[in-house]
Amino acid sequence: MRPEYFPITIDVAPSILPLAVRALGLRLGGVNCLTNISFDLTAGKPTVILGANGAGKTLLLKLCHGLLRPSTGEIRWATSGDGTDAIFRQAMVFQRPVLLRRSVAANIDYALACRGVARTERRVRVAKVLDETGLTALAKRSARVLSGGEQQRLTLARAWALAPEVLFLDEPTANLDPAATRAVETLIQQIAAAGTKIVLSTHDLAQAQRVASEVLFLHRGELLEHSAAHQFFTAPTSTAARAFVRGELWW
Amino acid sequence: MNEFTDAGQTAWRLIASLDPTLAEIVCRSLVVSVVAVGLATLVGLACGAILAVTRFPGRKFIIVLMNAGMGLPPVVIGLVVYLLLSRSGPFGRFGLLFTPTAMIIAQALLVFPIIGSLSRQVIEDLLQEYAEQFRSFGLGTVQMFRTLLWEGRFRLLTTLLAGFGRAIAEVGAVLIVGGNIAHVTRVMTTAIALETARGDLALALGLGIILITTAFTVNAAAYLIREYAEHHAA
Repeated sequence: MRPEYFPITIDVAPSILPLAVRALGLRLGGVNCLTNISFDLTAGKPTVILGANGAGKTLLLKLCHGLLRPSTGEIRWATSGDGTDAIFRQAMVFQRPVLLRRSVAANIDYALACRGVARTERRVRVAKVLDETGLTALAKRSARVLSGGEQQRLTLARAWALAPEVLFLDEPTANLDPAATRAVETLIQQIAAAGTKIVLSTHDLAQAQRVASEVLFLHRGELLEHSAAHQFFTAPTSTAARAFVRGELWW
Repeated sequence: MNEFTDAGQTAWRLIASLDPTLAEIVCRSLVVSVVAVGLATLVGLACGAILAVTRFPGRKFIIVLMNAGMGLPPVVIGLVVYLLLSRSGPFGRFGLLFTPTAMIIAQALLVFPIIGSLSRQVIEDLLQEYAEQFRSFGLGTVQMFRTLLWEGRFRLLTTLLAGFGRAIAEVGAVLIVGGNIAHVTRVMTTAIALETARGDLALALGLGIILITTAFTVNAAAYLIREYAEHHAA
């Protein structure tokens, strides 16, 4: 039984969404990794960035999150230019869990401290998020000795504790077995239901179908489709997307 | 062989009875090396962290220089410090030559490149792992340094022990700048050299046993720390 509210309130400052990406391009080492990508990201249900390995999904997420600088084009959050730092209202979970060499609870506490949350409030938030994600029993364990699935749940819990408006997930289940994948996906749905905008990248068609409300289809660094999930999965417009949906895209 | 066992027995007696001469030398050795490693740690960790985190022209050259510095012969460092501290040298007016302070300076210089180099490597590895996550958290520079030092605590501690092992066991630098003066600058290694030359093998051997025990303890500690870190904080 999930409680009907999530105890972490998102502050009332104006939303950083929608995100406007315009004519985005990225060149790395003389190679065009992403070319001419434009889309809007609005608040609401999860967006999935779908594509084969090497399509540029990770790079696109990192650009949006501000970890990379675009070579061309622009990335504008709704609040860009008014002096607030949009990265403080977002979080990102990487393909391989990045955890500090401390306990499960301390990892979450650390992330909150980075965002300047006071000690007493941190304690409350850590306890609540551990409870919500079913990690309370592991709270005192060293984070680095957890199983892969537990580690990824912890990075999600840590990101959630920050109460981000937007949460970027870069193939969070790529290294996990089906059971752990299921646990992580359940958690993602939970976070989405609590009001955080999820942007998830994956090459897994089945996962995209389970999670996506809308799909951005990337192919060789280009954005070929941006459409509602049901539309994408039933009637993709591009040849590459049709092949991908049929499971025939091998290159 | 007989002489060796005799000396050995006397050495054990000296240790067991906490012979004042022996105890004094051992204490001085420990104090000099601990303070030297402490100083080298402050500067070495700071330099290692800065070299790991920042990029500036000449950085690679400094890294190579520091790596090379790990193998500097102690006698050469002793000689340089001697020249700097001698009456006619630039720091001669402080009158530090042949004092424990001079020995601390020499050993700190000896150990500094070890701690600097090894800690740079440790911190750079950690940063490689954490850099994006730190940016994602919106971490400031000071917070980042503090976190890296804490995350690397076990491996950094073993670099300090490596530095201490080198300092406590070297003889060249402390002999030149300290002068091996009884009750003032005589430490384990210089005493061993002198007593061996004078034929007082018991004292030399007693000190040797303690020195080896110290080296063994330090290495065991380093091993246990690594072991602990692997199981608790990978």
